[in-house]
Amino acid sequence: MREKLLQIAEEAEKAVEGAETVEAVEELRIKYLGKKGILTQVLRGMGALPPAERPLVGKLANEIKLRLENELVVRATKLKEREKAQKLATERIDVTLPGTCPFLGSLHPLTTVRAEIEDIFLGLGFQIVEGPEIELDYYNFEALNFPKDHPARDMQDTFFISDEVLLRTHTSPVQVRTFEKTAPNVPVKIIAPGKVYREDDDATHSPMFNQVEGFAVDTHIAFGDLKGVLDSFVRQMYGDQTRMRFRPSFFPFTEPSAEVDISCVICGGRGCRVCSHTGWLEILGAGMIHPRVLEVSGYDSEKFSGFAFGMGIERIAMLKYGVDNIRLFFDNDLRFLNQF
Amino acid sequence: MRVSLNWLKEFVDIRIPAGELAERLTLAGVAVDRVDEPGKDVSGVVTGKIVEVRPHPNADRLVITRVNTGTEELQIVTGATNFQAGDIVPVAPVGATLAGGLVIRRAKFRGVESWGMLCAADELGVGEDHEGILILPPGTPVGVDAGPILGLDDQILELDLTPNRGDCLSIRGVAREVAAILNLPLKMPEPVFPESATNAAELVRVDIEDPGLCGRYVARLIEDVRVGPSPLWLQRRLFAAGMRPINNIVDITNYVMLEWGQPQHAFDYNTVQDGHVIVRNARPGETLVTLDGQERRLTPEMLLITDPGRVIGIAGVMGGLDSEVTAGTRRVLLESAYFNPVSIRRTSKALGLRSEASTRFEKGVDPEGCLRAADRAAELMHEIGAGRVATGAVDAYPEPYTPKTIVLRPERVEQILGLPVPRQEIQGILERLGFEPREAEDRFLASVPSHRFDVAREIDLIEEVARIYGYDRVPQTLPFGVTTAGVRTPAQTLEANLKRILTACGLTEVITYTFTNPKVFDRLRLPEDSGRRRTVRLRNPLSEDQAVMRTLLYPCLLEVLARNYQRRTTSAALFEIGRIYLSREDSALPEERLTLALALMGRTSAGWRHKDEPLDFFYLKGVLEVAACRTGLGPLTFVPEGDEPAFHPGRTARVLAGETVLGILGEVHPEVLEAYDLPRGVVAAEIDMERLVSMEKQITRFTPLPRFPSVERDLAFVIRKDFPVEEVTAVIRKAAGELLRELRLFDVYEGRQIREGCRSLGFSLSFRAEDRTLTDEEVGQHLEEVIRALEQTFGAELRA
Repeated sequence: MREKLLQIAEEAEKAVEGAETVEAVEELRIKYLGKKGILTQVLRGMGALPPAERPLVGKLANEIKLRLENELVVRATKLKEREKAQKLATERIDVTLPGTCPFLGSLHPLTTVRAEIEDIFLGLGFQIVEGPEIELDYYNFEALNFPKDHPARDMQDTFFISDEVLLRTHTSPVQVRTFEKTAPNVPVKIIAPGKVYREDDDATHSPMFNQVEGFAVDTHIAFGDLKGVLDSFVRQMYGDQTRMRFRPSFFPFTEPSAEVDISCVICGGRGCRVCSHTGWLEILGAGMIHPRVLEVSGYDSEKFSGFAFGMGIERIAMLKYGVDNIRLFFDNDLRFLNQF
Repeated sequence: MRVSLNWLKEFVDIRIPAGELAERLTLAGVAVDRVDEPGKDVSGVVTGKIVEVRPHPNADRLVITRVNTGTEELQIVTGATNFQAGDIVPVAPVGATLAGGLVIRRAKFRGVESWGMLCAADELGVGEDHEGILILPPGTPVGVDAGPILGLDDQILELDLTPNRGDCLSIRGVAREVAAILNLPLKMPEPVFPESATNAAELVRVDIEDPGLCGRYVARLIEDVRVGPSPLWLQRRLFAAGMRPINNIVDITNYVMLEWGQPQHAFDYNTVQDGHVIVRNARPGETLVTLDGQERRLTPEMLLITDPGRVIGIAGVMGGLDSEVTAGTRRVLLESAYFNPVSIRRTSKALGLRSEASTRFEKGVDPEGCLRAADRAAELMHEIGAGRVATGAVDAYPEPYTPKTIVLRPERVEQILGLPVPRQEIQGILERLGFEPREAEDRFLASVPSHRFDVAREIDLIEEVARIYGYDRVPQTLPFGVTTAGVRTPAQTLEANLKRILTACGLTEVITYTFTNPKVFDRLRLPEDSGRRRTVRLRNPLSEDQAVMRTLLYPCLLEVLARNYQRRTTSAALFEIGRIYLSREDSALPEERLTLALALMGRTSAGWRHKDEPLDFFYLKGVLEVAACRTGLGPLTFVPEGDEPAFHPGRTARVLAGETVLGILGEVHPEVLEAYDLPRGVVAAEIDMERLVSMEKQITRFTPLPRFPSVERDLAFVIRKDFPVEEVTAVIRKAAGELLRELRLFDVYEGRQIREGCRSLGFSLSFRAEDRTLTDEEVGQHLEEVIRALEQTFGAELRA
């Protein structure tokens, strides 16, 4: 009996080891441990044994049964794992296939740059105002202290509609139009983005381009405030390490006037082709609003003062993206636009 | 303006390098664009004498020269013709280097060997002139290095002057600035020269008709004139400034103009009737042949220099040809005057004639300087032996200059700049700039020197103080005071949101020129009386393509599509938000209306596992619907529109929100597309942003999520094609009752198995109640209602 049990155990263990599927393992369980299984029947035949042998053989038989059960479970688990792994292996995809690309649009780079500028000044408490592009000579020139027949008018080659109507050459007329509404109230803090026009057409000049004008009027605005506001703008726009310098200049509607340079964004000021080896890039014009401009639009220049600045959006976008021809912005070649 | 550093140093003792000087000037408002070292690259150029000039056998435009360079005779071929045998010229033999680094090599021109090059001014970097070979004065030694003779050791500051600083259009003017900025003494010697026995006043008379136009007219008489070339040192200064020597007399007037900023003119005295100069306005019909040989028609607002018989010059702009100084001139009448800037500017503009003189006059010359500048010219005449100076000057100066006094308050300086500038500093700066400040109580009284017309009020002086004191010394602060809210207006927010939504829908934003060609209206098939043809026209457009302001936006997008299509981009989805410009009868300025235009062409891109879709009417309609929904505008309606000339009569709709017409959407008319060289099927829309902005928007509010599930049912039926889907859906909604939450058309089918003239519509209906789970029976009843309504209204048949 004992020999028989050991033989069955050996046989069963071999069979379990050799089972290759979960189903085969199950069949073996039924074959040995099922109701009519080999081991089950042997155990049933225990009654025929002499009483003295029974405990010993019983113990052995139980041990074998437990061992076999365990081995069956281990084998089945192992096989299940293997099958799962095999299944996953067949589900492999080519991860280098291209991803599904949604149908995409994009904003014009000038819109992106303009929004960036607007957001910075909104954060500094400025509001956004727009004015007409077709403008009266009065607002574009006269009220900004450009008398008729003054050489300063040569600074801006003008498209005329008639003697008195023109395409605005800068966004500065919005100053006067705003002051006419606000005077004598303060504070005024405005930026005025928009299209402007000059009779000019080459790689760095377009007959239509975009400017952002900014101005502030209050009871105690000083040149230092202009420097502070622009420094804040420059560092947000170009990075904290960017340096700024003010060069005295001339605009009829500001005094003192300045051209504002920033340290070259390409070379960091060491000198390169983009900055003509000067280390500086001219990015905007600025100054204290000329008292005459305040006076014609209803502010007492003894009580109020203000600053104004203006910058070209294309110039900033060209520097930011490394675009070398301004005409690309208005040609709207999709191969260009899709890069942004 | 080009400023010779060597010349500048005659007036102020500059000890710092040119680069540092340039920096200091720039940071004080006299912008130096660059420092030129004209002779930097030039080497090996020598003086040579032309021995022989003969024609080139194979080329009409070339000549063959033999040139003596002291040690040898070279055969040199050149295209210039402004010289003759005996002239001394700069020669670059083989191996010499010219400006820009060009190295001269042996060359063959049409079969003739050339062993060097005769040089023009620009090739040596001494000027911009390339009109001919630079001819050196007779007596120049031959065979020596041309560098020192031509002043190639000089450095030239290229100034970019602002229009208010006419006073810096001269060496002395720049010297004044340099002295003030560097705080150095100025050396300004008075002209000294002997005068002859002749009394100028006996031979010259000057009358000014309108002192408002000619504030001062100084005349000097030079006798025993010997016209000839100027000495090299004088020529060199002209070269350095970019001018060409002509003869000693003219060269002196130009030299004084460069040095003093005072334009001068030399008349041949013998051509001036009675030596009597009358400064007056032109009379109708008068003409003058100017120095450049052109006949000029003069109009009464032009100021002239005349004698009792005729016109001899256009004041401040250009002299007459027949009173010009020539080789035979024996007596010279030298003019040194102050003319009204506005008058000169108008005249030079009207004549299209800009000169070095007119540029200075229109920015203003120093009326107090006329006489001394005339004396300086006289001194030079004497110095180079060009003639003898008659005694005295005739000086017509009806209203002498009285300096204006301006009050400057130091506390105002502090208010404007935001930093206190010490009183001594203010005083020192004003002194250095020639304002002769006097302290009066707590303020300064400054007297404006006659050359500073740009200074009229206190703020001008504050700027002077600031620029010399240094902008960099002003601290950076932020404005303090009442806070202001930096927020976008609802209209600005809407525009920004729309742009975001449209790009999310796959559209690319473009920005196009707002001016266009008036011919677009023909391309668009607009009738002659169309209001859109009433454009705002530019008086001076760059081209006819940019001659009028647009009155429609979508044609700009058609142009962009056409340009891209030419470049083989066959699919595109574009939009632009920009203005159109509509003339108004009742206003000088047109109406500028913010407009949204959209245009689609081709198909979306297909991938390896997704198909492309047509970018057609329905794509664009969907985009508009999404945009309307997302901006809170609510549902749009689309009404068929068959009368828009630029659009397909059967594939176009008016776009409405409620009762308000927002614009148009449609397939572009095939003939229009043909005119643009575009393929068929392009769709476009134009939406009035102003109306969009003015419409009330639904505010986004949260609706609680449903607590009970919805029940979905699909319904497909065959119906006559001519019933618009919108009518069908209205009937379904009504019949289905209020439990219908969603109605979606998922299929439209015509063709096999469907009767002619009919189509099959497949709808998906979703029912839901807020307070319970719907039963199949309940939903079934509503569905029955729908089916019955469809049958009764449209004769629709349910599909199995």
